[in-house]
Amino acid sequence: MADILEQLAICIESGKVNADATYPPSMKGQDGAAELTASALQQGIPPKDILAKALIAGMSRIGQKFSDHKAFVPDLLMSAKAMSAAMEHLKPYFESGEAQHLGTFVIGTVQGDMHDIGKNLVGMVVEGGGWKVVDLGVDVPPEDFVAAIGKHPGCVVGLSALLTTTMASMDMTVKRIKEASPDTFVMVGGAPLTSGFAAKIGADAYEPDPQHALNRLSAMGA
Amino acid sequence: MKTLAAELQSGAVLIADGAWGTALNRRGIEPGMCPEAWNLDRPGDIRAIGEAYLAAGAQVITSNTFGGSPFKLRMYRLDQRTGQINRAGAAIARDIAGPDRHVLGSMGPSGQLLLQGDVTEDSLYAAFREQGTALEEGGADAALIETMSCLDEARIAIAAVRDNTSMEIVCTFTYNALPDGSHRTMMGVTPAEMAAMAVEAGAHIIGVNCSLGPREMVPVVKALREAAPTTPILAAPNAGAPVRQDNGADMFPETPEGMAEAVPELAAAGANIIGGCCGTDERHIRAMADALGQTTAGNT
Repeated sequence: MADILEQLAICIESGKVNADATYPPSMKGQDGAAELTASALQQGIPPKDILAKALIAGMSRIGQKFSDHKAFVPDLLMSAKAMSAAMEHLKPYFESGEAQHLGTFVIGTVQGDMHDIGKNLVGMVVEGGGWKVVDLGVDVPPEDFVAAIGKHPGCVVGLSALLTTTMASMDMTVKRIKEASPDTFVMVGGAPLTSGFAAKIGADAYEPDPQHALNRLSAMGA
Repeated sequence: MKTLAAELQSGAVLIADGAWGTALNRRGIEPGMCPEAWNLDRPGDIRAIGEAYLAAGAQVITSNTFGGSPFKLRMYRLDQRTGQINRAGAAIARDIAGPDRHVLGSMGPSGQLLLQGDVTEDSLYAAFREQGTALEEGGADAALIETMSCLDEARIAIAAVRDNTSMEIVCTFTYNALPDGSHRTMMGVTPAEMAAMAVEAGAHIIGVNCSLGPREMVPVVKALREAAPTTPILAAPNAGAPVRQDNGADMFPETPEGMAEAVPELAAAGANIIGGCCGTDERHIRAMADALGQTTAGNT
């Protein structure tokens, strides 16, 4: 059992989606995340073990490499693709309640900002870390974040901004969220941001990359 | 008019313009407004920004069309007006530059990731073709394919311009500094990989812009020079990284003098065109032009 889970973790880390996938070239012709997840289930390995010991483990390794500048956006995208191929097989167990998300993370790019690549990467890694991710998209008005918090009580909110011009919009969004729901934890990120900025606008945390965002969520023990 | 690359063959160093987004902010553009739409709606402002750069000593001017890709304009429901917006941007730049100065038609990234299947190579090619041909029609004599991070996207952009226009091609990538002192784009591309791709695809000038401040950019210019010994290089640093002030305004920390000090270093590293990206304005460009004048005077 340990073997197949480790093999699956390697598929996730390397971005090996399925047997037909030609990426990465070194794993051509081998089973990928889809096949290995199906076999692990057939062998009777509990879904929660597949999730924790293979999928989350693999995503965490690539997330850490990304954080250390040893892997880059394409690597993370391929890993996320492998992760979602595996999750397709686990979906029924989430729906039945046999497997559970660690929490809900509501994410979006603030109003006035149309950039989605950074936000998507964070969403992928957090989802790969076992969280349910609710993606509100780009150019999201503050009211939509507030509404989503109402719909997903206890969620953590992640705000993204790429432009120096939309940092002001992030400021306003944090204030509206805190007025409506003072206890909601708000995390911010994006190229022009710093922890100093996050503190000034009243956000609870700034994280520099997807893995740090996930680490922060895990540390909260939600 | 000689091509830019031909002009630079003599070893001359030219000064380009500074930031456009930063200038538009000062003129009241709000988050959620399309900066390129101002080419049609507020041409007086666009003209004034360019004129200030020319008056400051810029010898090369960029069009206000960075986000003029139909993929970007679609977010503002303006993609049907791609040709019109890009033509207008290039025409304003040509009008103020006159017939003898070079107009670089700015073409930024599409915001779409090929690898993720957001877009096909064909539709990306078509988008760059549409923007590139409109820039040429408006009067640009060179395309500035800038702030790129992905080899495939830049290669497609270069091909679209090369195949469908007679513009000269400048291609610049944006780099982050890694803890070990090396540089990569967010997609993991090194300066050497970018130089090899761009030259092979048909770029006449390569370079680096945005993300890094002026001194931080010197090692990237060196790496490009090493990888492409005979290709002219454009360098357009930011005025450092923005810092939030207590009053809520964001400030770029690099002063005009600080930018100017880096000009000789950038030139010595191999840069042939030096301009400014985010946070720079006409004061930075003026100081840089002055510094270059002194450097050149010192050399002769």
